[in-house]
Order: sequence, then structure tokens, then C-alpha cells
Amino acid sequence: MENRGIVVIGAGPAGLAAAVKLRRLGAEDVLVIERENETGGILRQCIHDGFGLERFGKSISGPEYAALLKSEAEELGIECLTGTSVLEISKDRTITAASPSGVVEIHAEAIIAAAGCRERSRGSIMIPGERPAGVYTAGTAQAYMNLYNRMPGRNAVILGSGDIGLIMARRLTLEGAKVSAVFELQDHPNGLERNIVQCLDDYSIPLYLSHTVTEIHGKDRIEGVTVSAVDGNLRPIEGTEKYYSCDTLILSVGLIPDNTILEKAGVEIDPSTNGAVVDEHLMTSIPGIFSAGNMLHVHDLADFASAEAEAAAENAFLYASGKLDTGRNLSVVPGEGVSHTVPGRITGHGPFTASLRVRKKERGKTVEVRQGGKILGYRFFPLVIPSQMISVDAEAAAGCENVEVIVR
Amino acid sequence: MKKIYTCIICPRSCELEADILPDGQVSVSGNGCPRGAEWIRNELSDPKRTIASSVLVEGGEKEIVSVRLSSPVPLRMIFPIMDEIRRVSAKAPVSIGDIIIRDVLSSGADVIATSSVLAKKE
Ligand SMILES: Cc1cc2nc3c(=O)[nH]c(=O)nc-3n(C[C@H](O)[C@H](O)[C@H](O)COP(=O)(O)OP(=O)(O)OC[C@H]3O[C@@H](n4cnc5c(N)ncnc54)[C@H](O)[C@@H]3O)c2cc1C
Ligand code: SF4
Repeated sequence: MENRGIVVIGAGPAGLAAAVKLRRLGAEDVLVIERENETGGILRQCIHDGFGLERFGKSISGPEYAALLKSEAEELGIECLTGTSVLEISKDRTITAASPSGVVEIHAEAIIAAAGCRERSRGSIMIPGERPAGVYTAGTAQAYMNLYNRMPGRNAVILGSGDIGLIMARRLTLEGAKVSAVFELQDHPNGLERNIVQCLDDYSIPLYLSHTVTEIHGKDRIEGVTVSAVDGNLRPIEGTEKYYSCDTLILSVGLIPDNTILEKAGVEIDPSTNGAVVDEHLMTSIPGIFSAGNMLHVHDLADFASAEAEAAAENAFLYASGKLDTGRNLSVVPGEGVSHTVPGRITGHGPFTASLRVRKKERGKTVEVRQGGKILGYRFFPLVIPSQMISVDAEAAAGCENVEVIVR
Repeated sequence: MKKIYTCIICPRSCELEADILPDGQVSVSGNGCPRGAEWIRNELSDPKRTIASSVLVEGGEKEIVSVRLSSPVPLRMIFPIMDEIRRVSAKAPVSIGDIIIRDVLSSGADVIATSSVLAKKE
């Protein structure tokens, strides 16, 4: 077993930014472990631009953002074990990983878990019918096209209005394929408004809200889908069925944190985010294990994932130096109109920022962080939408009553 | 005439209300910054966009290299530019930032590489 300082799991925009921050703070021993042979995470396949405005002050593509972070890390001499997959973490912070040279065990003073998220797949949305080829998650279709130069098909239907699906609708259209329509189960789009404008509207691709695929047709390869409108309870309405022929169905039905290794370690998981429950220092229920980026909760922007990971790095650095205030006692829970909020715990010793998503699109709303009758913080929003993560600063909470975040 | 648009310049996605006055002037509200007002004026006259794609690489460790436009071009030029992008190939090694097509179709924008591809080892 090897003894190391602070170990970062995952070399995406969160993990790399954390490692760079740790070195700049003066941490001497920083190790990054990455499953793939290259660093950059999901950014490597996101070739469209719209990254980096916050961190680098310009709009660049995913691979460029990844390259800038990589060169920062290289300049600081950060050690990165690529091609190495973390299999397990134990409560005493021992990491077991499979590397090209065999299984390695590393004990860390602190761990920052930034292993990203995965896509919801057909299994998690249950469409009846055949299981022919030609059904892909949006991220898989994106990797096919952008990393391996393989066209998924010529005539596509997209289920779900997540950002990856919207971006793939444009990419397929530009490469000469036909995209008949995008269908979204909810009554509001899931992706960013800007992607609806520049990926669908620009190319006259229709978006049908409150619609879903109710059947997949075809034996070996998909030949078409049946689509139905849904009612207020998201149940298909009889008589609204319509057939669309296609050779490809792309699922863009959401991302969810990949918490496998944390859950196995015994870290408390928040059922509303599927990521770890963390306190305002981004520390999980196991002391010395921190989490950030899409592994904690799904972010809209790589820049925000990087910024959150930098905050985790500051706290992990304090923890490793024995200076972090680790008393954790109060719960922060999502209340009226809020689908989830991070952190889910606070020490109560200092101010904190709640990052949250609302349940529905509304105008002129105030988001409040409150403890009993006391308002710890609030912020007014002309418009709140579920597809945009928002944040509210709050002052330290006293006493032992739970804190609630609500939309008013 | 009033119309609602979503600003696509940055991810804040402000909802802009454009009021097109009879004399052709446009008054804008709801923009979080001046870039939003400028964008909507362009959007109403000649909308501009950027795109990303990939280009084949000869003799590289990878088959393709990702590319994008260096600046936005009029939306109506997107498909003709895609035809140009499909026609070219690059020779490895390709470095990030390399110009693959200079001033494509006289649009003022270059097609640039957004990743690097090393030459294949013999
Ligand atoms: C299609 C798409 C479009 C997007 N568009 C934009 C945009 O326009 N602008 C923008 O700013 N953001 C955009 N985003 C969001 C942005 O890409 C993410 O927020 C960001 O990549 C999250 O970073 P991360 O480091 O948390 O996760 P990731 O990038 O997923 O990195 C996680 C890393 O951990 C590694 N890993 C996983 N498990 C293990 C393990 N067990 N052991 C070792 N390593 C492991 C993975 O290989 C990966 O490299 C988009 C995302 C997608 C998917
Ligand atoms: S108006 Fe300014 S702040 Fe608002 S989305 Fe456009 S560029 Fe961003």
C-alpha cells in the first residue's frame, strides 16, 4: 500500500480544476486517478462551443477547455494516473484501483471524488416493444460521431429534450441526417433555452412537449416509433398515437450522478440528487472524503463544475492540514417548489450558499432559505426554470432546527 | 410589434422583449447586459451562429479532428460551409488552434482545429 496526500478521482473539468487549485494552495502531494487514457472527461466529446466563459473569459469548445486545464495541470507538475479505474474506497480512505500494471492500493489523507455522471438509459424509462439496434443514449451517439467518426443513422427521432439530445439534433442535421422531431414527456423543455433556439429552431426541428414514445417497432434494426401525447399525470392519452418512421432513436432523458463508488464506501446518498449528501465544505458523511462536479449534482456548465471542485479543494486542503471545522449537525431540505438543494447538511458555524433547482417554470419568484420563522437568505428571480441551476447565499444557522429552501 | 426572444450569447439565457417600432427602430428590455441588445438587433436583421464539426485526418493517430468556426457567420451560410468542411482533410500532426480552412467562403471566419492529433507512429 502506498501512502499519498490528497487524491482526486476523475480528470474532468471538476477533477482537474481541483488538482490545479490544490497545487496553487501549496499542497505538495496531489494525485489524480482517471479511468480513460486521456484527461478531460466528458468535454472531449463536446465539440460545440459555449464552454469557458466563466473560467477562461471566452467561449470555446469542450476539447479546448480540457486542453487548457490539462496544460495548467502539467505546468504545475501534477501526477495523473490515466487508464486507472477506482474500484473501491474504504471508510479509512484507502482506494483500490485497477491500473494497466495491476491492482493498486493507495491510502489518502483526503479524497475528492469527481467521477462525473452517467446517462439514464432505456431501462430507466421503460418503453415497451422490441429491442432492435439503433437505439442510443445521446452521449453514446455523440461519442460515436465526435470521437470515432461513426454516423449513428440517417433518420432520427429524439426522445427527451436534454442538452445532449438538442446538440445531437443539430450535429446530425449538419452532417446530412434527417431529424424528424424531439419529444419531451414533461410540459417544459429539459435543456437550456439557448440550445432550443440554436439547435432546433434554427433548423426547423419541431419540439413536442407532453409527448412520449410508447412503442418501438422493428426486429433487427429500429424501423419506427409510436408517439403519444400525455396527460397531466404523464400518462399516454388514448387516440393520440402517431407513427414516425426512423432508423435511429436517440434518448436524451437526463443525467444522474454516478455514485457507485461512494455508495459502496457507505457515504450517505441524497435520493433527490443521487449524489452524496455533503455539508457546506462539500464533505460527505465520511470525514475526509469530498465530492464535487457532476458526481455531486448535475451541472449546466463545465465552468460551474470546475468552480465547485475548487471549493472542495480548498476544504480538502484544510482538512488534510487538520484545520477544517467538521462539526456537522443541521439538515437543509428542499421545500415548496424546490426539487433538490446542495449542501444537504451544514455545520451551522458559518454562511453557506444553497445551489438548487426549482420544480417548475415561474415568473417573479423569491427563493428563500429559512429556519423556522427566520429567513437566512433570499434572492429574487424574474424567471426560474428547472433547467437552470440557481444559488442563494445564506447566513449561518443557529439552534438545531432544520433549514428549508423554498420558492415563494 | 412586441416579440419575446431568448438571448443565446451566454448561458444566462435572458428573456428579451423586443419592441419593433413603426420606423424600424428596435427597443429592447430584459437584457442582463448590453450584448443582449446588440444580439437581438442582429438577430432581427441577419442572425449569426457558430458551428462545430470534424475533419478527416490523414496519417494520424485518430481518424478525425474536431473543428469549429473562429467567429459567428450568418445562419444562411452554415450549410454551404458544412459542404466545404466535408470536402477537406488535414495532414497529421494537427495542433489545437491550427487553421484548417482560412476565411471559409469569404465569411471572415476560419475553420480551426479544437483538438490535437499526433502523427501515426510507423
Ligand atoms: C452533451 C453535453 C453538452 C454540454 N454542453 C455544455 C456547454 O455548452 N457549456 C458548458 O459549460 N457545459 C456543458 N456541458 C456540461 C459539462 O460538460 C459538465 O458539467 C462537466 O463536464 C462536468 O464535469 P465533471 O468533471 O464533473 O465530470 P466529467 O467530465 O464526466 O468527468 C468525470 C471523469 O471521471 C472519470 N471517472 C469516472 N469514474 C471513474 C473511476 N471509477 N475511476 C477513475 N476515474 C473515473 C471519467 O472517466 C471522467 O474523465 C455539457 C455536457 C454534455 C454531456
Ligand atoms: S443579455 Fe447578456 S447576460 Fe443576458 S443572456 Fe444575453 S449576453 Fe448573457
